[in-house]
Amino acid sequence: MSQINRLNGGQIDRARALRFTFDGKSYAGHQGDTLASALLANGVRLMGRSFKYHRPRGPLTADSSEPNALVELRNGARQEPNTRATTIELFDGLDANSQNRWPSLKFDVMAVNDAASNFLTAGFYYKTFMWPAAFWEKLYEPIIRKAAGLGSLSMTADADEYDKGFRHCDLLVIGAGPAGLMAALTAGRAGKEVILADEDFAMGGRLLTEQEEVGGTSALDWTVQMVAELSSLPNVRLMPRTTVIGAFDHGIYGAVERVSDHLATPDAGKPRQILWRIYSQHTLLCAGALERPIAFDHNDRPGVMLASAMRSYVNRWAATPAQKVAVFTSCDDGHRTARDLNAAGVKIAAVVDTRADAPSSMDYEVLAGAQVTQTKGRLGLTFAQVRLADGSERTLECGALGITGGWNPNVHLTCHQRGRPAWDADLNAFVPGQDLPPGMSVAGAATGAFSTHAALSQGADSAAKALGVKAADVPEAQDAPTGQSAFWYVEGCSRAWLDQQNDVTVKDVKLSHQEGFRSVEHLKRYTTLGMATDQGKTSNMGGLAIMAELAGKAIPEVGTTIFRPPYTPTAIGTLAGRMRGMEFHPTRLTPSHFWAKERGAVFVEVGNWLRAQWFPIEGETHWRQSVDREVSQTRASVGVCDCTTLGKIDVQGVDAATFLNKIYCNPFVKVPVGKVRYGLMLREDGIAMDDGTAARLAEDHFVVTTTTANAGKVYQHMEFVRQCLMPDEDVQLISTTEAWAQYAVAGPNSRALLQKIVDAPTDLSNEGFPFMACANITVCGGLRARLFRISFSGELAYEIAVPARYGDALMRRLMDEGEEFGVVPYGTEALGVMRIEKGHAAGNELNGTTTALNLGMGGMVSVKKDSIGSVLSRRDGLNEDGALNLIGVKPVNAEDKITAGGHLMNETGPVDASHDQGYVTSAAYSPELGSMVGLAFLNSGKDRLGERMRLVSPVTQSEVLVEVASAHFVDPEGGRQRA
Amino acid sequence: MIINHPLLGPRDSAEFVYMGDASLIERPDPDAEDAAELFHDYAYLRENPAGELRELWFHEGGDRSWLVVTRNTVTHEISKVELARDVARNKGRST
Repeated sequence: MSQINRLNGGQIDRARALRFTFDGKSYAGHQGDTLASALLANGVRLMGRSFKYHRPRGPLTADSSEPNALVELRNGARQEPNTRATTIELFDGLDANSQNRWPSLKFDVMAVNDAASNFLTAGFYYKTFMWPAAFWEKLYEPIIRKAAGLGSLSMTADADEYDKGFRHCDLLVIGAGPAGLMAALTAGRAGKEVILADEDFAMGGRLLTEQEEVGGTSALDWTVQMVAELSSLPNVRLMPRTTVIGAFDHGIYGAVERVSDHLATPDAGKPRQILWRIYSQHTLLCAGALERPIAFDHNDRPGVMLASAMRSYVNRWAATPAQKVAVFTSCDDGHRTARDLNAAGVKIAAVVDTRADAPSSMDYEVLAGAQVTQTKGRLGLTFAQVRLADGSERTLECGALGITGGWNPNVHLTCHQRGRPAWDADLNAFVPGQDLPPGMSVAGAATGAFSTHAALSQGADSAAKALGVKAADVPEAQDAPTGQSAFWYVEGCSRAWLDQQNDVTVKDVKLSHQEGFRSVEHLKRYTTLGMATDQGKTSNMGGLAIMAELAGKAIPEVGTTIFRPPYTPTAIGTLAGRMRGMEFHPTRLTPSHFWAKERGAVFVEVGNWLRAQWFPIEGETHWRQSVDREVSQTRASVGVCDCTTLGKIDVQGVDAATFLNKIYCNPFVKVPVGKVRYGLMLREDGIAMDDGTAARLAEDHFVVTTTTANAGKVYQHMEFVRQCLMPDEDVQLISTTEAWAQYAVAGPNSRALLQKIVDAPTDLSNEGFPFMACANITVCGGLRARLFRISFSGELAYEIAVPARYGDALMRRLMDEGEEFGVVPYGTEALGVMRIEKGHAAGNELNGTTTALNLGMGGMVSVKKDSIGSVLSRRDGLNEDGALNLIGVKPVNAEDKITAGGHLMNETGPVDASHDQGYVTSAAYSPELGSMVGLAFLNSGKDRLGERMRLVSPVTQSEVLVEVASAHFVDPEGGRQRA
Repeated sequence: MIINHPLLGPRDSAEFVYMGDASLIERPDPDAEDAAELFHDYAYLRENPAGELRELWFHEGGDRSWLVVTRNTVTHEISKVELARDVARNKGRST
């Protein structure tokens, strides 16, 4: 197929033809094209439909500020909605589809909205869907949901990978136009570490698209030379295809590098995009300027585009939007477009210049003091209606219309830390204000210096100043005066688009003003001006100017909305990077994890850890069978459980005991060497924080355990107390959770089992190693180990720790040696069942709202010493009569189910929140009792043993009669653990 | 943000855990007559200035130091970073 609108020249590689499809139709383009330039070259102006009115649209720009030409790119899992055709690099096989239309781009049923536009004005949703309220859920919301949204998702997981990276530099230069190139040259030649980032795939900015001379050669040749020099400097890193999306604190910038978006699929092992965190000493923003349109009736037809974009398409991509074009301008810039297009052989219908003193031309007609008032053409521009200076009308036949009302400095990143731009009355534009992000300076067109020479010299000087080096020599370049007037809209226009993506017209802004939504932030939300994927890059100024005029204020008084990161839309996948699925956080495995896996264990995530939940054996079809067996066999003989994940903190120093005395609410100073003590930690507000054991291995050495979930938090807390509250005590802390593999060996045969592996002279007899004893010992012929006689299950039990690398071997050894006792490994479920049967509190009970008193440990809080939380634990509010007490519940009817989270109500009376008596925190089936049992907090619970209550759960709609019991269902006297 | 650690130099704030107002170092005397009031204020009352605030940061991804960082809550400018232990000593917390 011929590219009917392809011209000669341009920066495309004509030797490399690329095939692509748009809406199923095949086209040809070249390496170096964007999707938009290739479509224009093929005579396609219609590329999308607007959001609200579904009006036919073509590209307005040739860059990332594009509001109209949004397409769905690629297909299958790689389908991506709302990509800008103006920035998509063409590749062979590219497949794009238009969006927001049905059944086709040329015939879109929803375009009926356009005919109904009188009703769909600003605030339409707020006004229409308010009443009657009953209509909302059934009628309005489904309608809105169906009509809402732009583009569609693939509904499958993203097939690509994303990465994150970190870079450091002396100078970050954002934007590789004339200012950015000179800045990078200045810093690079001075030997500074430089990063030059530009969102385009080619560096040069407007130098790539303008017909002018720099340093006695063409702007393009000069650019190519400079980029080559920069590439040769080892201290300069060029980052094309990289958008700096945000200016964050302390010189940190976020940047998205599109590593593979210009390829059909990423190369093997390469990410699609990388999110860089750039740490810069100085940053020079050379982001250039964005051209501003003029609003007039029906200024949104495909073919109407910014004059600079038209110039870009013709000069850089050798693609003209039409064979005959017109230009509508309020400044000299529009004449550049006419000049360049004329030189490229495109017919110029006329240049319509609002100024009476417009410069004339030998090559084309200039209509001075004239304005475009209306356009024609259903799916693309055919005529422009012009009102001439004398008031008469004239019709210009043209397939494209370039418009320019001047330029707005691109101040976006200067405002990311709540800086406000300043109004420049000479330019009639906002320029960067005084309160820039620290370390940032601005050069070139972004400051309002619009001539090429000014950009070059500002770039060099700003970089030199920031780094204290010599500025690079600035080449000769055009330095034309760049005054621009304020000309925002054509008098009398109404359906004149300001925000083309969100369909906000001049009329909508007027309505917003009329209805009282006059502040810029209200205007934005009421009309949706500037809310879309382009965030109003081409539309905000026009809207502000009209609002200012209506309010009788100056534009700076009206101000701007706040610019926020990201500068351009950023994929969620890019922000997530590698942190997807199981890589969202690290997965921690215990030393005997692979042994457990061999045994067929079912694992559960606990914090970052994977823990064995139960170990099914042949014939077991339900988890309860496995768990009941593990519990029964442990209580009958012996079981082994991996408890490595419990936090372990080594506490050493002369003042170790004094320190723990402060940390725990119960006393620790007098714990003898060789003994373990249970400890309860409170928060300073008197609420229980965590519990565990502290084993005194020597006068100056304790090993503290924490719950798995709180290991990090408790360590942090202990360091706080050590460094901030007891700064000169002789005590040192280190986390040793990963250093030791630890196993609970529980059950009446646990002593007999351990006897087989401990080395002489360790005496495991009840006298030699009584309940709550601890010792450094050796096992298996010399392997150092720590042995603790503590019990979470209520059975005769030990915990044995060995250096982590021996964990797997120890577990296998225990299983082998235990064969004669029928040893079972047990998982976290059986662990939970046994601790509930025994009435031990765990995370469910230490839930951040409960006190020592609630937990039945009120007496543990020492009044003879100060500890963290002790003062506030004694306040009245936590010690009132009727406080919650930890108790047990069992069903009156043994078959009934106890539900954790259910609430306790009196046996008779109302069931509602005001009659709530307490709640169940943990529940499990007890093989020992042959029914379910639960732990609960109950008002005055310790005085209500034997009472019947109703356990209700509105969630499961259950109501079960239960009996209040002691939480210690099994062996309440503790005879077993002391045996 | 970048926190200039007194021992380790400039570090990314991602290495730290934040705990708010550094007044937590000034734990009241538990034996004071009005200890309950003092501890109530200590546990629950915080200044929330729009401006300079001395706050606690824990270098969890580093050397596990607690730091007192003086930060402007409006601009995020960090004007001073000290070891919390030194601050505690200066407050007379050594026994």
